[in-house]
Amino acid sequence: MDFSFMRDTFFSLLSGVPLTLNLALTAVAFGAVLAMLLALMRMSGIRVLDAIAQAYVFVFRGTPLLVQIFLIYYGLGQFRPTLQELGLWTFFREPYWCAVLALTLNTGAYASEIFRGGLQSVPHQQVEAARACGMSGFLLFRRIVFPIAVRQALPAYGSEIILMVKATSLASVITMMEVTGIAAKLISQTFRAVEVFVVAGLIYLILNFAITRIIMALEWWLSPHLRRPPAVEPRLEAAHV
Amino acid sequence: MKFVKSIGLAILGSTLAIGGAAAQDKTVKIATEGAYEPWNFTGPGGKLEGFEVDLANELCNRMKVKCEIVAQDWDGIIPALQAKKYDAIMAGMSITDERKKVIDFSNPYAAGPNGFLVAKNSPLAKMPGTGQAFNLSSQQAEGEKAIEALKPVLKGKTVGVQVSTIHANFADKYLKGTAEVREYKTTEQHDLDLAAGRIDAVLADATALNGTLRKPEFKDYVLVGPSITGGLLGPGVGVGLRQGETALKQQFNDAIAAAKADGTLKKLSEKWFKIDTTPRS
Repeated sequence: MDFSFMRDTFFSLLSGVPLTLNLALTAVAFGAVLAMLLALMRMSGIRVLDAIAQAYVFVFRGTPLLVQIFLIYYGLGQFRPTLQELGLWTFFREPYWCAVLALTLNTGAYASEIFRGGLQSVPHQQVEAARACGMSGFLLFRRIVFPIAVRQALPAYGSEIILMVKATSLASVITMMEVTGIAAKLISQTFRAVEVFVVAGLIYLILNFAITRIIMALEWWLSPHLRRPPAVEPRLEAAHV
Repeated sequence: MKFVKSIGLAILGSTLAIGGAAAQDKTVKIATEGAYEPWNFTGPGGKLEGFEVDLANELCNRMKVKCEIVAQDWDGIIPALQAKKYDAIMAGMSITDERKKVIDFSNPYAAGPNGFLVAKNSPLAKMPGTGQAFNLSSQQAEGEKAIEALKPVLKGKTVGVQVSTIHANFADKYLKGTAEVREYKTTEQHDLDLAAGRIDAVLADATALNGTLRKPEFKDYVLVGPSITGGLLGPGVGVGLRQGETALKQQFNDAIAAAKADGTLKKLSEKWFKIDTTPRS
């Protein structure tokens, strides 16, 4: 192990971190909206919507992300005239948007199941209590169902976010120079695969460590009822003689 | 199945390598990429074919050793050689100073020019220097002038190269800041992106690009630009070997010299490339 080489590699790979985080966060943001939509479709009770959402989740959860990226990038690339007619080519021309699209569609499928689990775990009593207080519709969703669902879903959703950060490494196959893409280039220049991948792995660990801390902080903030109540000073005058 | 088989072969190969050191009739395991038509590629039946597959069998016959040819992804092909997964690389690998720092090479068995593949109706089709040849080792000044002349045409264009090739090095050194360079894992991928119109040109070995041009979907494409050799592009393509394996290197050198002398190299290169790529020196 050559530590000065590893230090240089570390700094070279850091230049890929913005793109890695950009891909992951953009996909998570769009994916969350898609997932919410899919989860609501599944729970809508309308059979057609439910079936569409189920089929979508089945396809995107059942096929490897690498295959999805390849199909979206190289596969759709072969239908350029059609896409140009539809005015979609400017979008599909860019590897960045193809990567974001593939990651979004993928995380949408996984996260919709996590959200559905969270929504379904909201206890009936709480919903009934809210109704008894006169809440209904969107107010009920916003005040009662959503906060409880988020709290339930957060641990699983946290791992989904971490999976997405790691999944961005697949974008290197469509020429995106994120951390893994730069690592592959460095290996091809130096032929020192072990050192470069050790450092690349370390960078992903650091990123994901930060993300787990943020999720833990969120969990703590959302679960005041699980925290120990602040210690109350016993009032002296209460203890009469 | 192929994967299981290759693991099996790798295990078998490593035991053979240990036992083979003592025995005389050893097996030489040669790695190729299998995705670089017509140098080496995976045929319709899943079998490895191409110039280097034929040549490897030819050289092994002359060396009187048993040959085993395996496929290995390009980006891991040198690390796996160093990890002794096989003994030699014949994968269109150009001899460069960078690579010589980590592995050894036989004498070159092929020397092909490079070129740009572009669409016939693109402004790049009128690239200056087409048809001219420069050797960066012996005519550095003229060669670099020819490269300078390319820059105005390539300004703002996107050029695809395969990662970890002399062409990627060339693009890094001469085209950075002029054109956007995208790096692909295989040549098949940059060809696909050229056909899709995501990139304006592919910079690669002219022999490989001629193979691409023969495919029907590339009938509206053309090979342009000066053919540049030497310098950082190296003296040609050789057999990659681990450092310190002088006996094996000598065997390969003798076999290559013999194949060159009796015209086998010329015959094979004309069969696969339609041109003679026998190194001159």
